[in-house]
Amino acid sequence: MSIEYGLLVDYDYCTGCHTCEVACRKAHADWDGEGNFGIKILQDGPRELPDGKWEYNYLPMPTSLCDLCAERTAEGKPPSCVMHCPAHCLYFGTIDELSKLVAEKTHRALFTPYNE
Amino acid sequence: MNLDYYEKHKGEVEWQDGEYTVTRTTAWSGPGCHDGCGVLYYTKDGKLEKVEGDPENPFNQGTLCMRCLEMAEFVNNPTRLGHPMKRAGERGENKWEQITWDEALDIIEEKVRAIWRDYGPESIVCHIGTGRNNCDQIPYMAHAAFGTPNFSMGYLAGDSCFCPRSASMASMNGDFMIADMSQQFALRYDEENTEWRCPEVIVNWGCNAVVSNSDNFYGHWIVDCMQRGSKMITVDPALTWLAARSEYWLRVRPGTDAALALAMINVIISEDLYDHDFVEKWCYGFEELAEAAAEWTPEKAAEVCWVKADDIVGAARMYAKANPAAIQWGLKLDQTTNATATADAVNSLWAITGNVDNPGGNIIIRNAFDENLSYGYGYQLLSPEMQGKKLGAEFPLLSRAGYSSSAHADSVLAAIETGEPYPIRMVWMTSTNPIANMGADAPRVYRALKSVDFVVVNDLFMTPTAVAFADLVLPAAMSPERNSQRCWWVPNRTMKKVTQYEECVSDDDLVTMVGKRLKPENFPWDDNVGWINHILQYECNDKIPYRTFDEACQQVWAYPEFNYYKHEKGLLRMDGQPGFNTPTGRIELWNSNFALWGYDPVPHFKEPSCSPVSSPKLAEKYPLVLTTGARSFEFFHSEHRQEGTTSRELHPDPLFEMSPAAAAERGLEEGQWCWIENQRGRCRQRLHLNPTLDDRVVRAEHGWWFPETEGAEPHLYGVFDSNINNLIPQCENDDTGFGAPYANQLCQVYACTPENSKEMPSIRVTEVDGYSYEGANRSGNGYEGYPENKPE
Repeated sequence: MSIEYGLLVDYDYCTGCHTCEVACRKAHADWDGEGNFGIKILQDGPRELPDGKWEYNYLPMPTSLCDLCAERTAEGKPPSCVMHCPAHCLYFGTIDELSKLVAEKTHRALFTPYNE
Repeated sequence: MNLDYYEKHKGEVEWQDGEYTVTRTTAWSGPGCHDGCGVLYYTKDGKLEKVEGDPENPFNQGTLCMRCLEMAEFVNNPTRLGHPMKRAGERGENKWEQITWDEALDIIEEKVRAIWRDYGPESIVCHIGTGRNNCDQIPYMAHAAFGTPNFSMGYLAGDSCFCPRSASMASMNGDFMIADMSQQFALRYDEENTEWRCPEVIVNWGCNAVVSNSDNFYGHWIVDCMQRGSKMITVDPALTWLAARSEYWLRVRPGTDAALALAMINVIISEDLYDHDFVEKWCYGFEELAEAAAEWTPEKAAEVCWVKADDIVGAARMYAKANPAAIQWGLKLDQTTNATATADAVNSLWAITGNVDNPGGNIIIRNAFDENLSYGYGYQLLSPEMQGKKLGAEFPLLSRAGYSSSAHADSVLAAIETGEPYPIRMVWMTSTNPIANMGADAPRVYRALKSVDFVVVNDLFMTPTAVAFADLVLPAAMSPERNSQRCWWVPNRTMKKVTQYEECVSDDDLVTMVGKRLKPENFPWDDNVGWINHILQYECNDKIPYRTFDEACQQVWAYPEFNYYKHEKGLLRMDGQPGFNTPTGRIELWNSNFALWGYDPVPHFKEPSCSPVSSPKLAEKYPLVLTTGARSFEFFHSEHRQEGTTSRELHPDPLFEMSPAAAAERGLEEGQWCWIENQRGRCRQRLHLNPTLDDRVVRAEHGWWFPETEGAEPHLYGVFDSNINNLIPQCENDDTGFGAPYANQLCQVYACTPENSKEMPSIRVTEVDGYSYEGANRSGNGYEGYPENKPE
């Protein structure tokens, strides 16, 4: 198996705003409705660390419904979550491209939710 | 993969996408907020199907928040208002008879003419909600159609949303100032082709910017700057996401921000970190400011603010040493009885550090192409005698000095209650729901509005306010159903109508229809487009690149030229001389306008009107400090509560927060329904444990009602059940009239049980005439040693 495309999250900058969840739902008219999301925001913290600083992170995680917006990308549109993210913390691309971005900075996670 | 769809449609304002028509335009409240983001509307057979962000629009750069993304859920919501209706039963029974627009206008015309004849135009009051698209149109209707000087926000106590800060800024600087996130440039973060520089330090003070998007500031711009290297300082009673990423998080006691700012000023001056050159050339009254701040040692402020002295020193040094540094501030600075002085203090911080109209600092901003309509639109049509009747004349800074173009909301309420200085016979409310949201003392506003002879409510949905008071309910068009235009700072934006819902009418059209009945000479246009053309031709300067709505729709937005260091270039004053537009030509750290009207010309701290310090006996019974009104991503104030929507799915219940230790002390657990109570009243919300809070502080949400439940009284959509404004006083302002203590009260918290929940607050207020301080004086506040209704 060779996976071509992925979704990269820079979780230093995810503010937990729900945009990716709602953008995803609205890009999938066939399952737009209560309970369904192709991406879901996980939360860790706020939790105090031994040095007095605080751990408080969000991580948007693709669900099994995520198809990396296959219909949109076929029309030349980026995945809806990536395009709409107000924090600009989501990236779509080939695994090769995203691997380079992962190597540039800490606190990045590469997801491979879907393969055609 | 070639993702060039949006690039291919660059420059187009309408195109076909399969079965959809795509329209490039902007959105403005309501529904939703007042940022005016660029959107792409996807319509099919005249119906709005989905909304996307516009990647070409520099303001939001293709991004959107969840509320615009879910807009179609509200636009196509089967529960929204679609037809004019008149009351069929008693007020509160929620019984209506559908009528035509002509019949509605007949009723309005007859009532207004009768009030003109019997009482005078000043007996009519108009209100709107915050930041709406109709913040030009409804004031114009008040002034130009009804002839009344009394337009205000819907019982927003102390006009405490931006107005106190704007009064301080206007008097100190002669202009408004905002944090520079490059929003004034169409090229945005392009440091090569603009003069913009990324702030080294951003202070986020009194607003969780990424959630609230307040004052036409798209909060995620801060995240954009963080990605470009900005370091953060956050001042907030709770650890926000931004606070967790800040070098300094100053966990300030609610309502004590002025003391914190004074201590920072003191550190910056005493450690000689201020900008000598800027202060010498461009500031007036530095010695007096230094003297006022001198008593505010970090230790003294630490005691008052519950913040560590070392952190105050560290944050002050970090801010002062950064070049440039920007302060993005928010509503909580307005929501105290010390509002104007607090704003003065924070404004002084950017002045003495020379972060004034510099790239990446706090810049002087004016409305694009001088389109300055807003709350004062049409006011000049009133005679000086009528202008003199504007409610709130007892507050000279608001009235005679002209730092507020609206009537004083608390004074309007008092006039309804007392008939003084004259009776109020008619209230018009467009997209405002004061007993759910703005009215500080919701039960008091409820009692007052019940007594008004004629009430018109014009809104998107049937609301508790409409059910309780309205004689006429008029359906308002939502953003994609309006042709309109709007300006707040920059850019100037166009909204194009793409759909129609039932008989809903846009604000521009409704006001034109009403105006033509009453004072046609003030409405020399035929419809919404005619009015917009009039504004583009006569209310903007000659630099605006379009003069008709049709031309504007081809461009969607327009940015004016922007210059930094305008005070050096003679671009601020009418006389064209260098300097600021103030009496001294300098930024007035010693505020001569304040001095003229008898107020303290330098910033000072005043203890919150109700706190453990000012009301120690009351604090024995209600030991927790209560702050209210923090936003959540899902809602714009009292909007977005409709059942079945994504907003309500993600946020089904009202939430309040306290620390795990404070909860454990009271035997309370996560998710538990609790009563939040003080001497004024109570409401219930669900507990969310927040380990970042001081054990003495509680945060509660605002704006809650339950559209899925019974609308008729006594239930009234449960509007008082979870209403934190059962616990907040009205008519308790700063001595300037600005500011009100929404965010600094006392309370106690205990678990809801079947026994103590027999009488729900909505029943208590609507059936038993309860709440508001039920002590000796109904309008009192229950604080010991506190002058009734009149802060010193």
